[in-house]
Amino acid sequence: MSDAPRPYTLIAELTYRCPLRCVYCSNPVDYARYSEELATDTWLRVFREAEALGVVQLNLTGGEPLVRDDLEQLVAGARELDLYTNLITSAVPLRRERLSELRRLGLDNVQISIQDVRAAESDRIAGVRAFDRKLEVAGWVKGLGLPLTLNEVLHRDNLDRIADVIALAERLGADRLELANTQYLGWALPNRAALLPTREQLDRGRAIAAEARDRLRGRMEVLFVVPDYYRDTPPACMDGWGRRFILVSPDGLALPCHAAHTLPGIAFDNVAQRALGEIWRESEGFSVFRGEGWMPEPCRSCDRRTVDFGGCRCQAFQLTGRADATDPVCWLSPDHGLIEQARGAAATPGERVFRYRTAIDTEKRPY
Amino acid sequence: MISATTRPQLAAKARLRFDRQSSRYMLLYPEKGLELSPTAADIVKLCTGEHTVAAIVTQLAEKYDTAAPDVEREVLAFLGALADRGLVRDAV
Repeated sequence: MSDAPRPYTLIAELTYRCPLRCVYCSNPVDYARYSEELATDTWLRVFREAEALGVVQLNLTGGEPLVRDDLEQLVAGARELDLYTNLITSAVPLRRERLSELRRLGLDNVQISIQDVRAAESDRIAGVRAFDRKLEVAGWVKGLGLPLTLNEVLHRDNLDRIADVIALAERLGADRLELANTQYLGWALPNRAALLPTREQLDRGRAIAAEARDRLRGRMEVLFVVPDYYRDTPPACMDGWGRRFILVSPDGLALPCHAAHTLPGIAFDNVAQRALGEIWRESEGFSVFRGEGWMPEPCRSCDRRTVDFGGCRCQAFQLTGRADATDPVCWLSPDHGLIEQARGAAATPGERVFRYRTAIDTEKRPY
Repeated sequence: MISATTRPQLAAKARLRFDRQSSRYMLLYPEKGLELSPTAADIVKLCTGEHTVAAIVTQLAEKYDTAAPDVEREVLAFLGALADRGLVRDAV
């Protein structure tokens, strides 16, 4: 018998293609390298294998999942397996008829992202005009009787307006509002200086969200996620490596999180070549940071090791160059100074320039 | 507020699913799920919007051969917790 834990959620990144170019996109910075996409039948098999492992929640995401013209088949297949299916979308390419059909086929929830509560600012962060469209689609979602999650990724340019976002979510009749601060991985890391808020901004935002959570209890769920950079100890990233989540990338890599394939020297298996159950239970990729055996000090002897599982492996690698280092977010990490430096920079005014998501590696251009 | 006259109905975002691994029902909603005890599952199955809480209590008191006031206390507490999460609402 295997002692692998039970996964509950499959995050299916159906594609990295997206009409938006958000400056904090969680897709890998070199996403254009992974241009192959899995076929419909392979996804349907992955859903079956995931359900057999214990998965009950399916997030259809990307990129923009609506650019897949087989989305209807995938939603129908998920419903046959009785999975709770959540479509995570920019809303831009959606037509009302298509949404209605997806609902008929068994879609359970729609999550729409906005980038700011002001149209011009939202469009500036997304790099395209999209805001008005998003609100229109949010109206369709509720009009068709589907539950709506509204999501806004927070950063220093929009964190002072979350009261307006809460009011907008109420007006739209959202069932859940996610006010999720940017985490500094993917495209957000090169944009960190432009995005990281000050501690004062964060404290004010958190207080407003807490008031709304109490006031709206039972009507709208309000979630406020702080950036790891302002925590003293890291959260349990993905509830621990290979414990609750499986993510499958557009080209078929089975991963413990959105960015694991950016870690060097770890072999991740592709679902096109190997059964998901075997990958979950036995593969190097899912085993390498599972449990406590890999942990360095100070994690190894720390009481929180079963709470935070050592924090985020990708953050540790991005900041220290070592994937098996203690997450520098932790105040006990020998690298915690890197986090304090970033906080210090956020408190200092200065020029802040965005680098938009693009398939071309702009840093290698000679000009 | 949930009271004896409420006709509780599952919210659009909530879906009941039988879980083969645990042999229990799970109440699923966005990003989350609650594993239900057999009695909790019995209550949720009756949250169709047709029955009042009072009717649900009568039915379960009979099924479990338990005094109605005890059942009512438990049903109200459980449905109150679900209502706080936005998972049940009054059908009227």
